[in-house]
Amino acid sequence: MSKEKFDYFIKGEKGKYEVVIGLEVHAQVLSKSKLFSGSSTKFGADPNNQVSLIDSAFPGMLPVINEECVKQAIRTGLGLNAKINNYSVFDRKNYFYADLPQGYQISQYKNPIVGEGKVLLDMPYGSKEIGIERLHLEQDAGKSIHDMDPSNTYVDLNRSGIALMEIVSKPDLRSPDEVNAYIKKLRSIMRYLGTCDGNMQEGSLRADVNVSVRKEGDTNFGTRCEIKNVNSIKFMQMAIEYEAARQVELIENGEKIDQETRLFDTKKNETRSMRSKEDAHDYRYFPDPDLLPLKLEQKLINDLKKSLPELPDKKKERFVKEYGLNAYEANVLVSEKEISDYYEEVAKLSDKKLAATWMMGDLFAMLNDRGLDISKSPISAKHFAELVQAIKSGEISGRIAKEVFEIMVESGDNPKKIIESKGMKQQSDPKELEKMINEILSKNKDKVDQYKAGKEKLFGFFVGQVMKLSGGKANPQLTNEILKKLLKG
Amino acid sequence: MADITNQSLSDIIENLKKKKVSSTDLTKAYIKNIESAKKLNAFVTTTFDQALDKAKQFDKKPNFDQLLPGIPLAVKDLFCTENIKTTAGSNILNNFIPSYESTVTKNLWDNGSFLLGKLNCDEFAMGSSNETSHYGNVINPVGDQLVPGGSSGGSSSALAADLTPATIGTDTGGSIRQPASFTGTVGLKPTYGLCSRWGIVAFASSLDQAGPMTKTIKDCAIMLESMSGFDEKDSTSINKKKEQYSKNLKDNVKGLKIGIPKEYRVDNMPKEIDELWEKGKKILKDLGAQLIDISLPHTKYALPTYYIVAPAEASSNLARYDGVRYGYRSKQGKDLIEMYEKTRSEGFGDEVKRRILIGTYVLSSGYYDAYYLKAQKVRQLIKKDFDDSFTKIDAILTPSTPSSAFKIGEKTNDPVSMYLNDIFTVPVNLAGLPALSLPAGVDKKGFPLGLQLIGKALDEQKILNIGYAFEKNCGFKNEIKKWWS
Repeated sequence: MSKEKFDYFIKGEKGKYEVVIGLEVHAQVLSKSKLFSGSSTKFGADPNNQVSLIDSAFPGMLPVINEECVKQAIRTGLGLNAKINNYSVFDRKNYFYADLPQGYQISQYKNPIVGEGKVLLDMPYGSKEIGIERLHLEQDAGKSIHDMDPSNTYVDLNRSGIALMEIVSKPDLRSPDEVNAYIKKLRSIMRYLGTCDGNMQEGSLRADVNVSVRKEGDTNFGTRCEIKNVNSIKFMQMAIEYEAARQVELIENGEKIDQETRLFDTKKNETRSMRSKEDAHDYRYFPDPDLLPLKLEQKLINDLKKSLPELPDKKKERFVKEYGLNAYEANVLVSEKEISDYYEEVAKLSDKKLAATWMMGDLFAMLNDRGLDISKSPISAKHFAELVQAIKSGEISGRIAKEVFEIMVESGDNPKKIIESKGMKQQSDPKELEKMINEILSKNKDKVDQYKAGKEKLFGFFVGQVMKLSGGKANPQLTNEILKKLLKG
Repeated sequence: MADITNQSLSDIIENLKKKKVSSTDLTKAYIKNIESAKKLNAFVTTTFDQALDKAKQFDKKPNFDQLLPGIPLAVKDLFCTENIKTTAGSNILNNFIPSYESTVTKNLWDNGSFLLGKLNCDEFAMGSSNETSHYGNVINPVGDQLVPGGSSGGSSSALAADLTPATIGTDTGGSIRQPASFTGTVGLKPTYGLCSRWGIVAFASSLDQAGPMTKTIKDCAIMLESMSGFDEKDSTSINKKKEQYSKNLKDNVKGLKIGIPKEYRVDNMPKEIDELWEKGKKILKDLGAQLIDISLPHTKYALPTYYIVAPAEASSNLARYDGVRYGYRSKQGKDLIEMYEKTRSEGFGDEVKRRILIGTYVLSSGYYDAYYLKAQKVRQLIKKDFDDSFTKIDAILTPSTPSSAFKIGEKTNDPVSMYLNDIFTVPVNLAGLPALSLPAGVDKKGFPLGLQLIGKALDEQKILNIGYAFEKNCGFKNEIKKWWS
């Protein structure tokens, strides 16, 4: 892998600008019930069908913390190599909105459950550490639906009260590519842990993006703008590009950047001001008197730590060591837990290196074409391993293997059966091959003479003839060897 | 038999057990009293038909193993009652019918009692005279034009007027003890966390606590035993074994150390209050208790602290009344913000608005540290005062209120003098302690006055026992003439 140099700068007329990015990722906690009530969190239910009296803030209703959500936050914190705080506090963040039934969101303000941590990114220019400022638990709001009726807004409270983890990064990101890698890494870690499904289409992972720019080499940060609630990596990248360019233009024109909250219009591909700092809400945070401070025993944290699965960074290291993969291959194969599980099953039964090559090539291309996750792969890991072994042993050639692969996808049959029934076995008998080659050479005496006279390009022609005659089944390596030997003679 | 409704709850239970009266007849007697006491305006809602049904059911299959067998009870309209309108004294909940039952009322019903009606109270329990209720003033049966105290004013009035054999209120800064004192009845604010807050319309979450209001100490013990208990639905509920307060009631105070705090004397306090306090000390001393002078130096900060903490929490607790999901919604308003503004302007009364404004102010950025945070620190000091004293003493004796019941309208234009009514009661809420108001005497107008016994956290049994001894030796009798019927 070639080490490229980091090179993401906005070029203005007066110089190069570095883009400084920090993310506040909102990750939905994977849990059966909500953060403070027993309502289901299942996605896709009919509106207002998963709403308890607590979620809809009826008089006299009180929140009770869901222990599983607390454990999930601790697991995530541990996965981010972060400090778990034995003492944390739930606060009320007060504001009025139709989809916020309590009139406040229960969140954690001064004392979050998880403190500083870090995430490692593999960038083409080397590995980069991104600092985590904190992780806290909070309630999600409901959903306002403005387009169902011309004059009324409808409110769906199914989401109201679902647990979110807000993961705040330090302003350590410097390009849209790094943001892409960061989100993917966070998502991967949480999916390994089973703490968030990372499903961006269903809103399980969203982010507020803080962007500022500064002249290359400056050490002070510029004034930042916060782009609210962006729900795909692509949109985050587009928003950052637009916003950075906008800020550079302002600076170059001698104008001031206002610290403000902006939203990203995905149709127009631009960010727009939502509210300025002066109009910022005064959320009047104060500790929620309905909830006691959350005190965690060290034993609980230790037990959870012991029960954590192997995480991508560790697994990658092991793949390099145990399977002889290069860093790039290992990185790709650990990106999703399901992919790494599939690979390990294949690698157990076949050649480890060849398995990686074929998985990352044909298998991924096929899955990608069909829009399938590896868990839905039409080829089982066992069959895939048999295919890899058939290639490795020379039973079939790489070219034939591609055909076998196609048939496996369509039929779901195992490769042995396909190879046998279609007679696709590679011709690897030297005697048979020699016979075949002699026949070709005697039919093409003129070309043999030309070859011997120095027109070595004709070698390819002879190989082609062998393949044609064998129906593609001739073992290429043997064919080469025998051809060379006979043409010399 | 003689009018059963002027008997104590425990006597009524005895009479029910001895079959001297049926639950149905008892219920009918209270209904008759209630119907002839409309002038007092103690009830917001009555549930007579339902009560009679329950009484008949009880009489068919009486179960006397329960604490409250066949007893009809009216409760403060701050407790959510299933399928029965619950207003919290506010216009904003004028049409609110809960689909659920508060834990405390459910506990009462599970012990054999049933609902007679919902009692008037100050709006969202914010008031000391029941004058902030959207449903009108409540009259103190002690005298026409007198306030019954607040916020549990409907409860104290109904109890003193024999409209319910016992009742429950909520006490955030004195809302059980002050009305009890004004009506010559017993009121107990339990330790914070002893009674579940689930299903009670919230005023200030860290201070609110439900408690019994009764004619006698024994009744108080029965009611407390019935209504209290751990509730996993309330995170601030205390998980402990249930006490048998009535069974363990003893009138022996010999050797107990009673603290007398020097700070519970305020300027312009009527002489009668001092005399009452002296009388109380003498009774306990004569019974063999030891009086010990103590100091609770941060007492003077309790009222301002309370009027920061309580409104702060209220401003947030009341944000849910926005007209979106239930309750009153203004028909005016072009958009969401305007709908909020009109709904809350029309739905809330002046005192509630005042406290929402104070609460919003003290939590605002730039003021939080100076007000809310400081108040929280002072609150800790007030609590520490009590903790330090309780290493040396068993209970504290103070007056319940700085005056007897006042006239309707007398203090409505002077919020601060109204707030001063709570001066002896709020420290207890800030410290989360149990406190009992006992009827102890009358002033020269003949209006009842109360004394307050403050206990250690979860020491309800001890203050009930002291109260029990006090009651037997005090000679107070509530002489209320039924001038209203």
